[in-house]
Amino acid sequence: MSGPKDIHSYLAEFEDIPGTRVFTAARARQGYHLNQFAMSLMKPENRERWKADEKAYLEEWPLTDAQKAAVLARDYNTLLDLGGNIYFLSKVFSTDGLSFVQAVSTMTGVSVEEYQAMMNAGGRSPEGARSKKANVAPQGSEDTKGAR
Amino acid sequence: MARITAGVASSHVPLLGVAHDFGKDKDDYFGPIFAGYDWTREWEKAEKPDVVVLVYNDHASAFDMKIIPTFAIGCGERYKPADEGWGPRQVPDVIGHPDLAWHIAQSLILDEFDMTIINEMDVDHGLTVPLSMMFGAAEQWPCKVIPLAVNVVTYPPPSGNRCWALGEAIARAVASFPEDLNVQVWGTGGMSHQLQGPRAGLINKAWDNMFLDGLVGESDHLRRIPHIEYLRETGSEGIEMVMWLIMRGAMGKRTAALHRHYHVPCSNTAIGHLVLRPDNGEGLDMTGSGAAALAAE
Repeated sequence: MSGPKDIHSYLAEFEDIPGTRVFTAARARQGYHLNQFAMSLMKPENRERWKADEKAYLEEWPLTDAQKAAVLARDYNTLLDLGGNIYFLSKVFSTDGLSFVQAVSTMTGVSVEEYQAMMNAGGRSPEGARSKKANVAPQGSEDTKGAR
Repeated sequence: MARITAGVASSHVPLLGVAHDFGKDKDDYFGPIFAGYDWTREWEKAEKPDVVVLVYNDHASAFDMKIIPTFAIGCGERYKPADEGWGPRQVPDVIGHPDLAWHIAQSLILDEFDMTIINEMDVDHGLTVPLSMMFGAAEQWPCKVIPLAVNVVTYPPPSGNRCWALGEAIARAVASFPEDLNVQVWGTGGMSHQLQGPRAGLINKAWDNMFLDGLVGESDHLRRIPHIEYLRETGSEGIEMVMWLIMRGAMGKRTAALHRHYHVPCSNTAIGHLVLRPDNGEGLDMTGSGAAALAAE
């Protein structure tokens, strides 16, 4: 029915979507401690310790150096690449006092004002943003296609 | 006997909870979103459901990465609003219906759906925002709620077909519960949205409206949409719409639409909302609420 016949082709198709990191089992494994660290910020007492000394707080978690650096830099695209999931990472930007729109816009290469204007105008069109393969054309980066 | 009288679908954007809780629901930005729920609030007052089976997903609140249940049903007495990082929403505790919930859980397992059973958890915006949208501000929620949590975060989520079949099994389970109960099934989440990566902000009005159309009437083509289509067409978080198919499956063979609402944007998301009646020969007034007249307005 709507389930896939073959898990390998099922997973391979996810890599064909421009500008998107589907949260697969491989990413879930890679980002396990990163996401659990972010989850720990659900507790007020942990948020206080985190705000007081971010580096010291991170040392309590078995993250890779690259993950730690990306957390400290709030580099969300890199965190997605390193196994982060947006619902877990939202604990980090919520603790920073950022809304979803503010945090999400940082991943799109435009300012928050431009991002909000795009949303208010109806959002990013799916045209040209469905498939990397279908987009093989001589016009720049796949990942920013579809931006209005 | 208990019976399912209606299905409700709705987005559950957390910002709607903020707008509701801080009285912004009539401003220029949120006014048109909330206006689409006015009809439903009046209708719910007339319908007076006893129980809502509320299908939603947890957003790293009750469940972290330690345990990832595909389908989980809440059989507890009550659930508190979760602290999602800025303190819990100031909304009433959610009161469960353990008798019906355990009946459904047992029936589903015997029907070969291997449910995870939850006795204690906090419920996040995925569950409490739809309650606010449908019931407004309340001292107590006007009905009991059976949370049904679906994994749509870690891949693979359940297929659309499996979700639809689960809805059908929930309908069989409710129909075999001896107490007279008016039961609604709600499917929440969606519609098109992507919260991550350079493609964030994707919205697909045409696809969303195709999906809304497909929930009404006798067609069951939506159950065969593969995950990759949700991802390509509706953004990485649009996959939440498989949860609407649990509601649709529970409605039976045919549905009639009582109310429909669609608005872009709310935060990063396309808002969709639909109220369905099972079209089973009992007519739109099957609860005696006068809903047919309300629908005709």
